[in-house]
Amino acid sequence: MSEPLKNTLLFVLVAGLILLTGFVQSWSTALLILNMGLISAVMSLGVNLQWGYAGLFNVGVMGFVALGGLAAVLVAMPPTVDAWAAGGMRVMAGLIIGAAVIVAAAMTLRFLPRSRWRTLAVLVILVGGFFLYRGVFDPGVEAVEDVNPAGTGYLGGLGLPVLVAWPVGGLLAAGAAWIIGKAALGLRSDYLAIATLGIAEIILAILKNEDWLSRGVKNVSGIPRPVPYEVELQETAWFVEGAQRIGVDPVTASSLYIKVAYAGLFAVVLIILLGLAQLALNSPWGRMMRAIRDNETAAEAMGKNVTRRHLQVFVLGSAVVGMAGAMMTTLDGQLIPTAYQPLRFTFLIWVMVIVGGSGNNLGAVLGGFLVWFLWVQVEPIGHWLMQVVTAPLAEGSALKAHLLESAAHMRLFTMGLVLLLVLRFSPRGLIPEK
Amino acid sequence: MDLLNAIVALSNFVLVPAIAYGSQLALGALGVTLIYGILRFSNFAHGDTMAFGTMVTILVTWWFQAAGIGLGPLPTALLALPAGIAACMLLLLATDRVVYRFYRAQRAKPVILVIVSIGVMFILNGLVRFIIGPGEQRFADGERFIITARDFKEMTGLAEGLALKTTQGITLVTAIIVVALLFWFLNRTRTGKSMRAYSDNEDLALLSGINPDRVVMVTWLIVAALATVAGVLYGLDKSFKPFTYFQLLLPVFASAIVGGLGNPVGAIAGGFIIAFSEVMITYAWKKVLGYLLPESLAPDSLVQLLSTDYKFAVSFVILLIVLLFRPTGLFRGKAV
Repeated sequence: MSEPLKNTLLFVLVAGLILLTGFVQSWSTALLILNMGLISAVMSLGVNLQWGYAGLFNVGVMGFVALGGLAAVLVAMPPTVDAWAAGGMRVMAGLIIGAAVIVAAAMTLRFLPRSRWRTLAVLVILVGGFFLYRGVFDPGVEAVEDVNPAGTGYLGGLGLPVLVAWPVGGLLAAGAAWIIGKAALGLRSDYLAIATLGIAEIILAILKNEDWLSRGVKNVSGIPRPVPYEVELQETAWFVEGAQRIGVDPVTASSLYIKVAYAGLFAVVLIILLGLAQLALNSPWGRMMRAIRDNETAAEAMGKNVTRRHLQVFVLGSAVVGMAGAMMTTLDGQLIPTAYQPLRFTFLIWVMVIVGGSGNNLGAVLGGFLVWFLWVQVEPIGHWLMQVVTAPLAEGSALKAHLLESAAHMRLFTMGLVLLLVLRFSPRGLIPEK
Repeated sequence: MDLLNAIVALSNFVLVPAIAYGSQLALGALGVTLIYGILRFSNFAHGDTMAFGTMVTILVTWWFQAAGIGLGPLPTALLALPAGIAACMLLLLATDRVVYRFYRAQRAKPVILVIVSIGVMFILNGLVRFIIGPGEQRFADGERFIITARDFKEMTGLAEGLALKTTQGITLVTAIIVVALLFWFLNRTRTGKSMRAYSDNEDLALLSGINPDRVVMVTWLIVAALATVAGVLYGLDKSFKPFTYFQLLLPVFASAIVGGLGNPVGAIAGGFIIAFSEVMITYAWKKVLGYLLPESLAPDSLVQLLSTDYKFAVSFVILLIVLLFRPTGLFRGKAV
């Protein structure tokens, strides 16, 4: 079988699976899988950029996804005017002081000659700066969080269209990636892994605890949409007429219509990114990246700055992931910090990239759709399987109840198994790198 | 100014908890560092290995409790610990046989082994949640305190109490015994010496007739014991929850890296450095400072540098500083 044919068949297979869901379960479920599949595909494109092109091992995907989500809130939510008046400026001043302290410490470190005095000066700047920062920052935060805590209690966003948040999410993630890359790239690959694991946890801790920024565990809901609301559609004459002409109830039709609209937006982003990624892969830059990945020493001997190129591709890949994060929060319409789980948002993306084929963009996209489909469908399948297995057990036995209840955890087990099987028997994935 | 009360308050809220937590981290980091030294990869499944060993121990503890077998004032879990260790050993030997051996034979790159260990982590995570559920389990029984705060106050007549939980005492004693055994094994026995030789220079060790399969097997056995002991002690001291054990991965790795990956002494030092910084930076110093400073200077606020929700940030920042200024760790590990 020729390669393009095989790849087409694989994509047709995934499309068929989603269509099957539509016919067997419901079209709403199928469209949900499609939408999240599109977003997952963007995420795995980003991770593939880092792992497939450059061999960088990033296990902080969740953090970058969450930063994208934060961007959606910061861009699209209306500003809380009262909170800004109460303490917004103070909070901003605190943040600026904090940043200035770090810059001052870094400058001292760089420009003073190495001596005991330099260490002392840096310590004084850091400790003194910390208390100054807390002194300015804390009262501001308190004032902001006191403004109508049940309704807002945070600074709100800029009130811009939510589509602006997508590139902004990418920028935020890129900034975080630059900091982390500066520290950990150029060292052993495992160190980058641990560092990214840490930054993801910290970003999450910030989202959960800094109420003035993201309302913390109180969640932000009602983020404005890029598409109309169902209720509006149901009141629009042309839409109701159209729905009646096809013979679908307008309520169902409106919900499907919205999901299709989202799918269209996401597909545009995916296609643009996929096109850019393909161009990059086949450009001299892409060849250089792969040369570095395959033999760092040789590439360095040819005069390539390995650490800088790594930093570049790490920032780019994280930006793509951040953009996907913003898209996901837009789709959900809310930011729920507690919903970000590393197994779901970091390691699952890794399974997607490896199953699809690391180093191949089409593979990453395919993996995104396929693994997401499995992730959603393994639960009902597992439940059904458990019912079959436990059928001979007596009704009401404790073991049966426990097994049925635990079927949900089969997901993690299955994903681990898929990952190990692919790594062992087909380490290059479904669509291998050329 | 009241120095005695300040010292007691400091011990009660900072020193004792940090020593207990540090011992648990040190045991976890020893496991990570041994795998790194001998098998040459960072084992991401370590947190879930700890969870697995602890889970078996909890199940056996419950069985003992139901059968009425106990240790009196000591927690029953100590009696169940050997069973947990044995089960964990079987599990690790099985994963090595089924999963890791293939890649070792291929001499796969370390990062591939790391990804493989992530697959193992998924499976273990699913397994633990499947068997015991994702919820929180408490399994400590027996006497809760060695000294309660109240008794201490009555004994000494001080205003501040010093409470010493049984689990904290057990943690320290067990950790000392385990570490002493480990170092005796590594430094004095033939197998231990061959392990160190293998870790220092694999080819040279092979040339001198050291059997690599045996070294790897012994490593997994030791790691299983360390992971289970660390997990059970942590679970006794706090509580058992699969997700918490997964999250322990970060401080455990931070400890191992700060001390120098592959260096056992470093792992212990790293564990205590991370534990002390976490506890000290997230502790509200108001009380201690209130005793130390003259009344006019006593602080009004809590004097808490960071809220406890950011304790992960502490281990992370220490990790970053070490990576930036001394990538081989404080005790010169082997990794650059």
